[in-house]
Amino acid sequence: MSQIQKPRPLSPHIMIYRLRMTMLMSGFHRATGLALYFGMVFLTWWLVAAASGPNAFGWASWFFGSFLGYIVMLGFSWGLIHHAVGGVRHLIWDLGIGLSKEASMRWAIGTIIASVAITILLWLVVLIVA
Amino acid sequence: MSIRTPMGRARGMGAAGHGVGEFWHQRVTSVTSLVLAIGMIFILLTLATSTYAEVRATFANPLVGGWMALTVISFVYHMYIGAQEVIMEYGPKTWKLGLTLANTGFCLMIAAACLFALIKMSFGVL
Ligand code: HEM
Repeated sequence: MSQIQKPRPLSPHIMIYRLRMTMLMSGFHRATGLALYFGMVFLTWWLVAAASGPNAFGWASWFFGSFLGYIVMLGFSWGLIHHAVGGVRHLIWDLGIGLSKEASMRWAIGTIIASVAITILLWLVVLIVA
Repeated sequence: MSIRTPMGRARGMGAAGHGVGEFWHQRVTSVTSLVLAIGMIFILLTLATSTYAEVRATFANPLVGGWMALTVISFVYHMYIGAQEVIMEYGPKTWKLGLTLANTGFCLMIAAACLFALIKMSFGVL
């Protein structure tokens, strides 16, 4: 009896496809979701610091006022906005709307444009307020 | 022949080994998170240039504290289900239990810390 077996067939996976906008946005949704997951540590830190007292709050303020702090806040805000816009797209899909090849491609492009535009707008407001 | 119905056999065969409850809760918490996140962004924007005393005064307002508490609950439940979905899809079989425990522990700690801070700022004197 032959022990040699052909490896089990694999279903086509990401490596085999040409990168398309729809696929990239699918990955972005998961990536931003997971980034927000760990990013919640920063929101928690800030809230706990505010509850703890002026000293702890001073340290948190120092961090969020630093270069790294701005990177974190920029990343968190874009991640949240991108994930939210993509999430709304998911909810519309769940209603059975916009599932055609053409529509999903347009919406994928719209998602990244909208998320970047809203993030820029938000930071313009921050710059005006601050 | 089996007396089990096709539906009975299909139930619980998904990656997580049980039903559609999480899928639905994921949708519901998406909607609640969206509404709550918009308010949260406004709250954080108004605090961008505030002093410590102003931040505490803002969080002492029950509407602000309550809104933030709801936001944290909605986010944490939503991200717990989402991470669980990723673990069930991509986690190696032998890691799933450990990753599930880690996810549960992380989410509980985030929720507890945020809610403790918010409640303290609501009730506590500066
Ligand atoms: C603000 C409004 C938000 C909306 C509308 C939203 C919407 C969604 C939707 C519809 C899904 C399911 C995607 C799918 O079925 O593949 C999802 C997944 C997920 N979300 Fe959110 N979400 C929001 C905020 C958040 C926040 C604040 C976090 C984290 C703190 C988060 C973390 C996650 C994670 C980890 C997943 C799983 C990723 C995946 O399965 O690909 N979401 N979100």
